[in-house]
Amino acid sequence: MSGTITKVSGPLVVATGLADANVSDVVRVGSQRLIGEILNMTGDNASIQVYEETSGVGPGAVVESTGMPMSVELGPGMLENIYDGIQRPLPEIREMVGSTISRGVDVPALNREKIWEFVPVAKVGDKLQAGDVLGTVQETSAILHKIMVPPQLSGTVVSIEAGSFTVTQTVAVLEAEDGVKHELTMMQKWPVRINRPYAKKFMPSRPMNSGQRIVDTLFPIAKGGTAAVPGPFGSGKTVVQHQLAKWSDVDIVVYIGCGERGNEMTDVLMEFPELTDPRNGEPLMKRTVLIANTSDMPVAAREASIYTGITIAEYFRDMGYDVAVLADSTSRWAEALREMSGRLEEMPGEEGYPAYLASRIAQFYERAGCVECLGSDERRGSVTAIGAVSPPGGDISEPVSQATMRIVKVFWALDSSLAYARHFPAINWLTSYSLYVDTLAPWYNEQFGEVYMTNRDKAMHILQEENELQEIVRLVGQDALSAADRLTMETAKMLREDFLQQNAFVDEDAYSSYGKQFELMNLILSYDEMSRAALDKGVPMKKLFEIEAKEKIGRAKMVAPDKYKEEFAQILSQMKAQIEEVIAGGEEV
Amino acid sequence: MIKEYKTIKEIASPLMVVDQVQGVTYDELAEIELPNGEVRRCKVLEVNKDRAVVQLFESAQGINLAQTKVRFLGHPLELAVSEDMLGRVFNGMGKPIDGGPDVLAEAYRDINGLPMNPAARAYPAEFIQTGVSTIDGLNTLVRGQKLPIFSASGLPHAALAAQIARQAKVLGDGENFAVVFAAVGITFEESEYFINDFKRTGAIDRTVVFSNLANDPAVERIATPRMALTAAEYLAFEKDMQVLVIITDITNYAEALREVSAAKKEVPGRRGYPGYLYTDLATMYERAGRRIGSKGSITMIPILTMPEDDKTHPIPDLTGYITEGQIILSRDLHRKGIMPPVDVLPSLSRLKDKGIGVGKTREDHAGTMNQLFAAYSRGKDAKELMTILGEAALSDDDKLFAKFADEFEKLYVNQGNSTNRSIEETLDLGWKLLSILPRAELKRIKPEYIEKYMK
Repeated sequence: MSGTITKVSGPLVVATGLADANVSDVVRVGSQRLIGEILNMTGDNASIQVYEETSGVGPGAVVESTGMPMSVELGPGMLENIYDGIQRPLPEIREMVGSTISRGVDVPALNREKIWEFVPVAKVGDKLQAGDVLGTVQETSAILHKIMVPPQLSGTVVSIEAGSFTVTQTVAVLEAEDGVKHELTMMQKWPVRINRPYAKKFMPSRPMNSGQRIVDTLFPIAKGGTAAVPGPFGSGKTVVQHQLAKWSDVDIVVYIGCGERGNEMTDVLMEFPELTDPRNGEPLMKRTVLIANTSDMPVAAREASIYTGITIAEYFRDMGYDVAVLADSTSRWAEALREMSGRLEEMPGEEGYPAYLASRIAQFYERAGCVECLGSDERRGSVTAIGAVSPPGGDISEPVSQATMRIVKVFWALDSSLAYARHFPAINWLTSYSLYVDTLAPWYNEQFGEVYMTNRDKAMHILQEENELQEIVRLVGQDALSAADRLTMETAKMLREDFLQQNAFVDEDAYSSYGKQFELMNLILSYDEMSRAALDKGVPMKKLFEIEAKEKIGRAKMVAPDKYKEEFAQILSQMKAQIEEVIAGGEEV
Repeated sequence: MIKEYKTIKEIASPLMVVDQVQGVTYDELAEIELPNGEVRRCKVLEVNKDRAVVQLFESAQGINLAQTKVRFLGHPLELAVSEDMLGRVFNGMGKPIDGGPDVLAEAYRDINGLPMNPAARAYPAEFIQTGVSTIDGLNTLVRGQKLPIFSASGLPHAALAAQIARQAKVLGDGENFAVVFAAVGITFEESEYFINDFKRTGAIDRTVVFSNLANDPAVERIATPRMALTAAEYLAFEKDMQVLVIITDITNYAEALREVSAAKKEVPGRRGYPGYLYTDLATMYERAGRRIGSKGSITMIPILTMPEDDKTHPIPDLTGYITEGQIILSRDLHRKGIMPPVDVLPSLSRLKDKGIGVGKTREDHAGTMNQLFAAYSRGKDAKELMTILGEAALSDDDKLFAKFADEFEKLYVNQGNSTNRSIEETLDLGWKLLSILPRAELKRIKPEYIEKYMK
């Protein structure tokens, strides 16, 4: 079915003669066969958003409908790959057309020539339902790719074969109840704007370990949860996202670079193959899918990139994996929505954003969650969605931040004043929150005893108190504080500098295990406790601040992961001895 | 065959509507021939059936509905590129204005360029020594980076940019360099300051100048930086040169863009700037970089003036979200007579971590850099407290930090416009300043480096 262009205005094209096309169908525009998607229909006029630059397209050119909605190809070959917003593989585009992305490049998402070793799990005669595992492919050394019966299909296995196949060759034949035989390949297609189905959704109950102290200890996120990282430029949003992508204890990471810098994606591409997962020693790239629609790439494809990413995540979730989706940045995605909305001459809502902005954001985050997957083995998987938000001027009263805050459960607020003082990650401990603290407390209690959460609350309390005390210091000076308050300020400073600050670029510090986090927190709080007891005995404060062990706490986070237990214990016993020494030294003369 | 139309329906500068056109495509370039024979250029913004909305690059003065002719050229706005562009001066639309002959084109390039494939980028990691301590030591510039200068009216951004252009070099490397300078809506005096500086140092022979001055048509400014970047891309990626692009002033560019957007009656975003300002700026800034398999690079230093010194104004704000850091100039420091008045704390280079350290600068660079930042920040806080409560309210440590902050500004930041410091000099100066502080406070530096470098 084809139509004719009547109007071109940037990425918006209007074509006539498409009365039979469906909304959301993918179309090919003009002689260059640019990829587009139908947004609206009026009579037989279709408004089309084109995912590529439309320069050189004019009225009279042909538009062809593919009759299919915007879909992604799901199967072996996605891991370690980097795609643009509409799932075209960028390394292959580079091989075809060089360093820049010219228009109309047509490359399948999954390599058609690559051979995969398929190992059947199901046998001939097995009755399978949607989501059941047909067989497996060792896609990378880290990930076993499960080939599943596509949703909405079930039946009896008529034939299934082990061996080497490409993604388009038939590996099994399934006979449905109505007698129709379906030839199944290792590849599925799924429309990006529709959630992939699951059996049941659950409340998240396990934390996602990120190795970041402020995240794991103060503001934890659950596997299957949602979080937002808002912050002005230069506050380290991208570094936080990269750290989460690197160290989170999930099986798969989908990283969406949406309207951000090209060099950041290059950084990930260079760095991830070099870094190893602290849990299984495999290169991190082996579990990563990258979607890159950088800011200089066409704006309409940026809108699609978020959906492409989350659909891929859902597919891995359906295999029973824990998946994290990191989107940097959702504000650029919202701007793409705004630009298309403006071109469609829709009535704008707040700040020119379309009225459906909030519901689109909510729909995206709601695709996260802990689920029981389709299939008879009742396996469970999760998608954790973490979105960066780039509010103009750092002011979170704007529509994208506000709509995001209404839906996400964890809020890591980045603060430029912390960034200026080179306090990284620049997550503000007073304005951030996590609504998962209560849901996750049972897990922490079970693993580490109740003291973990008690320590957390103590630390939060001290940091809160410091904030109030600072007001007083600002008004009347430090001398007005009592010794106990001075100690609180000192402990808070230790918490900030020795615990919350974490250097992403130093190997020993970039990842901090739960154990190390707990012991480090314990050191600081023990210092506080012992010193408080000493103060009660009338010991001069200054001497307590000068003990040698305190300086050692300052360097404790740099202790190697395999040595921290002994070294921390040593610091603790030294600290005890030194404080007792100070007490024995008696009162100030 | 190129058709001529005499069907201009409407002119509302900088837009014009042409009727009854055929075969016109989006973004196509067109020529307007005035009754007196003068030719001006415009491009297609929207085409709806047989109506084309075009945007003029020059003034609409003298255009006449009945007699003016329009020719659509069938290709987008292009620039004739060649190595011979070096040493030449062009106007904002790429026409030579130095009295010399036209450039013999080696190729024609669409000035909009094409997006760079992220999988084809080479990560910028080569240290550029600018000789400015606040940049080399604290906000290190690397080859292929885009690092804007956020300035404000009355601040000496031109002096700093010229100093960088003059002193910048990659250590141990005598490669082919070039400077592409785009003057966007600035005054003759400012433009002449740069050109004289290039002449004084002999750099002019390696420089391409695109000049759109304040009294040139504002809409032309939308093309000027793209002309410059197209020339830069050609020199960098086809002629293997290390190109430094200086664009001044982005604020003027954004205002021209707003003017066109308003004429198109688009829904305005913040402060009347179009909603796509971010994307538009990104398609320029992202053209900086390095490519795998190419020796050349584009390093970009755009300069912008912040209206009312406000960093949250859309222009600096969106720029900061795209560029890899920013150098911010401070009015306070300038008042104190500190040159260059770089406001160290909010300044940032995102790519510094890959460009410093062993084999690039020195092993102690990262640690001392973080320590200097943290110490200066604390020193400034202490000084603020001191102004409210007096010196007596400070702890002994805080007094040392306050002293550190003063010395830091006086010695480290204030180096003047002609001092060219090597990276070793910059790092040693950092150590000298850190020696003011108590040793226990130097938590961010590895102890062995303190032993080795602290004198």
